[in-house]
Amino acid sequence: MAVRVQTEDFDITVEVLKLRRGNPKIGAVACFIGLMRDINENVTVTEMTLEHYPAMTEKALTEIVEQAKRRWDIMDVLVVHRVGTLKPMDQIVLVAVAGSHRRVAFAACEFIMDYLKTRAPFWKKEKTDKGVRWVEARDIDDDAAQRWH
Amino acid sequence: MVNLVYFARLREALGLDSEKVALPQGVGDVASLTQWLRGRGKVWDTELAPGNRVRVAVNLEVAEQSTCIADGDEVAFFPPVTGG
Repeated sequence: MAVRVQTEDFDITVEVLKLRRGNPKIGAVACFIGLMRDINENVTVTEMTLEHYPAMTEKALTEIVEQAKRRWDIMDVLVVHRVGTLKPMDQIVLVAVAGSHRRVAFAACEFIMDYLKTRAPFWKKEKTDKGVRWVEARDIDDDAAQRWH
Repeated sequence: MVNLVYFARLREALGLDSEKVALPQGVGDVASLTQWLRGRGKVWDTELAPGNRVRVAVNLEVAEQSTCIADGDEVAFFPPVTGG
């Protein structure tokens, strides 16, 4: 299990190979990749800066992964989240979950993303054609996390 | 002393990313610390008002209004998170 916060991009092929290497019991790897869009709330976005709370971030991500491991019989998890300045089409986040079968892998991957969106201390600031603004948290993300309770 | 840290929109609004303060008499939890900081007035009062959904973490754990605060703690104030 690994969680990483980094400014650099990630290569999903390399990451998934590392995650499943040498374990013939893994039958499924579910991956989620979050990407930066060039539009948000009908405004063109040209750049985004991700800030985080360095001391807390890895701890929060690790706790989320541990919760997923308690709920589902999964074999390994990787979470990579980028910080710093990103452009449209850039990769933001990767969650990869390895398990014996697809159902646990899909479920745990979705759970980790839902919790990450509402509990991990990251904040996005957008540069738009109308100026700079902080992204507001959305109720729909709270609802998504709530359904796992 | 406690270490107070501020993030994102809140950091910009307050014009401060961290500070060390001595806990005044009677300030022992998140609610009373928030109240005391609001007493600084102006932007502190408006930004830390309940309607702003300010989140608090004590020693890197998400905290409630009733979470205790003691000397040596790190208390973080930030807006709802927007990662992912």
